[in-house]
Amino acid sequence: MLQILKYSFFDMIRNRWTFVYMGFFLILTVALFLLSNDITKVVLSMTNIILYLTPLLGILFGSMYYYNSEEFIELLLAQPLSRNAVFTGLYLGIASSLSISLILGVGLPMLFFGALSSPELPAVVLLLFLSVVLSIIFSLLSFIIAMKFKNRIKGFGISIFTWLFFAIIYDGIFLLILLLFKDYPLEKATLGLTVFNPIDLSRILLLLNLDESAMMGYTGAVLQKFLGSQLGTYMILITLALWIIIPFLYILRIGKKKDI
Amino acid sequence: MSFNLLANNIEVCKNCDFQMIESALANANRFDTILIKGGTYKVENLVITKPMVLIGSENAEIISASGDEIITVIADSVSISGLTLSGVTTSYLKERSAIRIKKKKHFAIHHNKILNCFFGIYLEHAKNGSITDNTIIGNATTEAESGNGIHVWYSKRIKIERSQVEKQRDGIYFEFVDHSTIKNNLSQFNKRYGLHFMFSNNNDYVENRFLNNGVGVAVMFSKNILMQSNHFSNNWGSSAYGLLLKEINDSKILNNTFEQNTIGIFVEGSNRVTYRFNTFKRNGWAIKFSGGREENIFHQNNLINNSLDLLVNTKLSSNEFHHNYWSNYSGYDLDHDGIGDIPQYPVKLFSYILDQSPEAIVLMRSLFVDIINFSERVSPVFTPKEVFDAYPLMEEIHDTSN
Repeated sequence: MLQILKYSFFDMIRNRWTFVYMGFFLILTVALFLLSNDITKVVLSMTNIILYLTPLLGILFGSMYYYNSEEFIELLLAQPLSRNAVFTGLYLGIASSLSISLILGVGLPMLFFGALSSPELPAVVLLLFLSVVLSIIFSLLSFIIAMKFKNRIKGFGISIFTWLFFAIIYDGIFLLILLLFKDYPLEKATLGLTVFNPIDLSRILLLLNLDESAMMGYTGAVLQKFLGSQLGTYMILITLALWIIIPFLYILRIGKKKDI
Repeated sequence: MSFNLLANNIEVCKNCDFQMIESALANANRFDTILIKGGTYKVENLVITKPMVLIGSENAEIISASGDEIITVIADSVSISGLTLSGVTTSYLKERSAIRIKKKKHFAIHHNKILNCFFGIYLEHAKNGSITDNTIIGNATTEAESGNGIHVWYSKRIKIERSQVEKQRDGIYFEFVDHSTIKNNLSQFNKRYGLHFMFSNNNDYVENRFLNNGVGVAVMFSKNILMQSNHFSNNWGSSAYGLLLKEINDSKILNNTFEQNTIGIFVEGSNRVTYRFNTFKRNGWAIKFSGGREENIFHQNNLINNSLDLLVNTKLSSNEFHHNYWSNYSGYDLDHDGIGDIPQYPVKLFSYILDQSPEAIVLMRSLFVDIINFSERVSPVFTPKEVFDAYPLMEEIHDTSN
């Protein structure tokens, strides 16, 4: 498995798209810092961009890589290797290279512009952490999609739709539900609904840590008590972990059953 | 005819002629000065019936033995200073306080410390007095079991300056108080309001700081109020405001700073109120208008990094919003005159939605919300079209002196 991981990791590193990916975040962060020296503002702007772009890029890279290395996967599966090892290795390779280029692309400019000594350090770390988590989750989803659909066009289409769903459509439906049932106590339902969207979860966790908690106060009772507390933060983190574990196990299951 | 023009000094201490404050009070003549030397005095209710000066020297502590009221003043021209008062306990029958002025005038209460008392200073039907440089620190845990720091009821021409009030129910409470000034005070960590006033006209509130209070500051049913250069910050909670205005008419709100409140100003009915040179920074909502209001003037204010700037949920008529600085203004200024060329519409669809369904807060800053805000801005359907700033400033206002 480690061999496969190493192979796919270096394969990704050599891939110019990885550099484009890293370069994109590098330029973006530097540009934001040049526009405003206030690290709080930069973190806020980054939040919006990272929360929506890392899932998109993660899901596209994932399916792209899987489709490109389909023949290599067939070759590997012909070897006396366990299927778990093959898919885990491949997946970890792409996930780690994506994470590393993301951390370098965003983290280096942050370091250079003095994130370490700023009071926003926890928020910066959280931002990096969440962006890595989101790229992991969405590259997992892309693997699932790519494994399920042999047809590339279909796979890409579904990948993009998945991103669109979590980034925009889900929130639209969410808001519709809230407005339709506004006469009922909705606090628990709201909590329940956020759990099903990793982008929402990450956004709320970031908001809670970016001093926007003043707003959270407005919703009163349950939401604030839950989301604003330590327990709420842990629950969000645990849910995000589940968002990684369950799709990962699902990949292994598909991998076992898949006809090549 | 004989006037006693010579006021005597009477000292109270362990080794003095008078060891008890009670006996000193009983033996004092009009306009005498009673000097209470260092030491701890346990007293029952002290009633001051003559004009006099009561001075505590350093470490003069008066403790209420039974938890009852400590000093009750029923004479004009009384001055009380330098004392440390404590031990007035909660009563559900009587509003006990450390110092009470009852229907009298010309008093001065200054440089006292009032610690852990039910009510701090209580004025009823008092006139022409001053309360300055006092420190009042309570131990309020719940709203129902605590009293107000400085409680003023049916009084006129009262001056409250440089005092500090902490951990009471309301920091400063005014009801039916006219022509008074509250200046340079600090009111913080109170369970309910930092400042609470009702039916009190023609008052000035200047240079005060109201921080971390349960619900902020409430101003109700009053007119001709001047609120200037105050600082309202960190009032967070589901029903917390920096400033709550309810039925306020003909008033001025100038040069104030509202920072990190859930709602900076919540307006429930206000007419002919001028908001000028105020700075709203990092509040959940800068201002929320509800209920009828007319002829309010809102200009030259700074609205900086608030989650949402403005919510207006009924029809606004004849109000003026102009020349404000909005940090989220996305227009341009081609002729470089410092004024944006396209109007700013500060009411976002999302704030309207939040008003309907507060739980929607979890969607804040999401892409979907940005999209609907944008489309609403392009063609307003739900948000009021008549609320806009036709002359948004490009730069923050720093000089607020003129």
